[in-house]
Amino acid sequence: MSTKIDKTFIRPYGDTMNDGRMQISFSMPVKADESGKEAARQLLKQMGLDEIEICYIADLSEGFAHIVAYGNTSAFVDLTKIQVKTVDTDVMTMEETDEFVEQHLGRKITIIGACIESDAHTVGIDAILNMKGYNHRYGLERYKWFNTVNMGAQVLSEDLLAKAREMNADAILVSQIVTQKNIHVKNLTRLIEMAEAEGLRDKMLFICGGPRINHDLAIELGYDAGFGAGSYSTDVASFIVTKLANK
Amino acid sequence: MLHLTIPQDKIDSARGFAKQITHSLEELLNSYSSVTIERTVLRLLGIDGALEDGTPIPNYIVDQLKSKNALDKGVAYWISNAIVYTGLSAQEVANSVKDGKLELTQIAQQPTTEVIKVMNDLTQKMIDHIKQQRAARESYFAKYGPRNTPSLYVIVATGNIYEDVLQAKAAAKQGADIIAVIRSTAQSLLDYVPYGATTEGFGGTFATQENFRIMRKALDEVGAEINKYISLTNYASGLCMPEIAAMGAMERLDLMLNDAMYGILFRDINPQRTLLDQYFSRMINAVAGIEIQTGEDNYLTTSDAIEKAYTVTASQLINESFALLSGVSPEKMGIGHAFEIDPCIENSFSYELSHALLTKTLFPHSPIKYMPPTKHVTGNIFEAYIINAMFNMVAQMTGQGVQLLGMLTEAVHTPHLADRALAIDNAKYVFNAVKDFSSEITIDKEGFINKRAEAVLDEAISFLKRVAEQGLFNALEKGEFANIKRAQTSGKGFEGVFRKSEDYINPFMDKIKQELNLD
Ligand code: B12
Repeated sequence: MSTKIDKTFIRPYGDTMNDGRMQISFSMPVKADESGKEAARQLLKQMGLDEIEICYIADLSEGFAHIVAYGNTSAFVDLTKIQVKTVDTDVMTMEETDEFVEQHLGRKITIIGACIESDAHTVGIDAILNMKGYNHRYGLERYKWFNTVNMGAQVLSEDLLAKAREMNADAILVSQIVTQKNIHVKNLTRLIEMAEAEGLRDKMLFICGGPRINHDLAIELGYDAGFGAGSYSTDVASFIVTKLANK
Repeated sequence: MLHLTIPQDKIDSARGFAKQITHSLEELLNSYSSVTIERTVLRLLGIDGALEDGTPIPNYIVDQLKSKNALDKGVAYWISNAIVYTGLSAQEVANSVKDGKLELTQIAQQPTTEVIKVMNDLTQKMIDHIKQQRAARESYFAKYGPRNTPSLYVIVATGNIYEDVLQAKAAAKQGADIIAVIRSTAQSLLDYVPYGATTEGFGGTFATQENFRIMRKALDEVGAEINKYISLTNYASGLCMPEIAAMGAMERLDLMLNDAMYGILFRDINPQRTLLDQYFSRMINAVAGIEIQTGEDNYLTTSDAIEKAYTVTASQLINESFALLSGVSPEKMGIGHAFEIDPCIENSFSYELSHALLTKTLFPHSPIKYMPPTKHVTGNIFEAYIINAMFNMVAQMTGQGVQLLGMLTEAVHTPHLADRALAIDNAKYVFNAVKDFSSEITIDKEGFINKRAEAVLDEAISFLKRVAEQGLFNALEKGEFANIKRAQTSGKGFEGVFRKSEDYINPFMDKIKQELNLD
């Protein structure tokens, strides 16, 4: 096999191009013995793996075992056909963003943020909004040309929308951290449906974020943008002002 | 054991301010009660069950007495009076009230001596039961040997009590010492305790008396199999703090998260309500021999662990002082803190070691509760596994009491079966590897670790002094704690606080105070 990368044919790489080697770890109700290993091997076989090596099996008691395995997949992906939606606005610093608003919009913009419905995790939205900021980037509250309101945790969609209407917001920032049983999808959908029903959807930008949110999902749910783990105030601020200027 | 060199007078002055803060609240603690305290009294009198719509009978009765403006006498009187009048048991009286056949306030006043006798008998009966549970725990430990130190504490959180049982049993066999059943999201904001076994929770399983019973039984069974007593814990926090403490005492839980101020700061529960509820809850835990644990880790999930380290220390001292007022002995106070420093910081290990040692130095008799790294844990499960190893190393080297094991998948999901097993393996390996290591090394008095600990204590002292000078309620109102502002008369559950009348009676509080030699 050659070491040249063929973008139309990509497999996992262990130590040889396209060897397809993958690491898998899981537990299942089998004995930690040869029969358990065989069960794991057959399972992996059905998943399309070859050269299966069950390198570890341990008894978890109560009839369960933990298995670590390696195997080669014969599946591949064609990178040239991959399309993902990402936020592609250029990222500006706080100063640049403020200057941009002054020049292109000439007025202060209003942002309302909240962690909605059942979710009480505020650290993420605070990282984006708080004066103090996060990882050496100030939050939107410090932006001179932003008027930022942080409504905090467990804010009902109706309350968020009422506030947005009252303040004539330019953008709504919603955070969703808990994802068990797809609660984040339910909550985000509820908000956007209410916004549509109230005729607010097209009056402002709707942006969501959280560790398991990405732009693609956000668009699918009817939002303007989505930001995942490791995103910063600067990413969101740049997106908002660029989008508003282009409107 | 590693030890810090910190002037005793500094430690004394920190404790002194904490005492000043908590002792100024005695008027509140003595003159007021709350709806959940009254519901607790009903439960302790032996009343349980729920209406068709799920409303627990204790809630139904307390709400009814409240609507008749009769609650300020205390529920114990009304129930005892009805028992004398009807000759029924407490549960039968409660059922009759529920069925609309009996109206407690309409019953003629029965002879006081008889009412008091009924009340005292029922109180004694329940206190005896709770003490029996305590004795049972002690005899299990005598039979199987004491809990390991640091103890391995793991959580189960499937939402389904039967699934939890399976996972708890597996964890016990893997080496866990303590099983915590995490509560369902937002149970702390329910002003009632759900009834019966539950199989649907969200991010956790509802704390109900039946769930406690199911898990206790399972752990006793697995304990008999492996010759070890497996401890069980839950959360006496939120709007039903003392009710959950009482349920735990009846069903032999062994530890209970029971913080004095957590609800105020992180759940926006009314400050007066929280302080009243924690006062009685902790008394119940004390008489039941249940180890309480405090929640200082919460300060660090929202604030920086270095910058705000002193808030942990200050809260620990306030928690201790409140616990002493409720008769909890230092050996039963699992004072809390956490390993939450950003792993990118240079020498983060030295900081963590310093903070952990400070806690141990301030609370030498406490089975200190050490929370794992959570906030800075990411989806890189391999990195999480290493950070957890460092956390385990600090714990063993500084003599922490209860190790809440960190999960490699902390940033992903509530623990899977294998995640928990890997966490137990990690702790076992590290504890064993550095078992006696710290007995051979010393902390340089002039070095960073010692100085850092002293600096944190200094900051805590000036903070406690400031709070003592203005009083706890004013300090809360001004946002001195965790930058969160809480007013004395706002927050959830305030409507459930009431002033006791002259003839108010809570026979359990009186009896427990006697047992614990309080005032
Ligand atoms: C701190 C914490 C808490 C604290 C929250 C305190 C607070 N005031 O926020 C407390 C203790 C209260 C808590 C409670 C619970 N928690 Co919690 N918690 C965490 C923890 C440890 C850290 C989260 C965090 O602060 N991350 C740091 C921030 C900076 O990162 P972030 O949130 O991802 O935000 C970044 C991006 O996502 C993005 N972003 C986020 N929001 C937004 C919004 C916008 C508009 C934009 C642009 C960007 C953006 O930008 C941020 C900066 O880069 C995580 C585990 C983990 N390590 O992730 C569990 C975790 C999130 N919690 C969890 C659970 C289950 C709970 C409880 C249900 C537990 C229980 N049974 O009670 C409760 C739920 C309470 C509720 N009603 O929501 C689970 C969720 C599992 C899941 N996938 O659904 C986790 C993953 C832990 C676990 N493994 O079980 N928790």
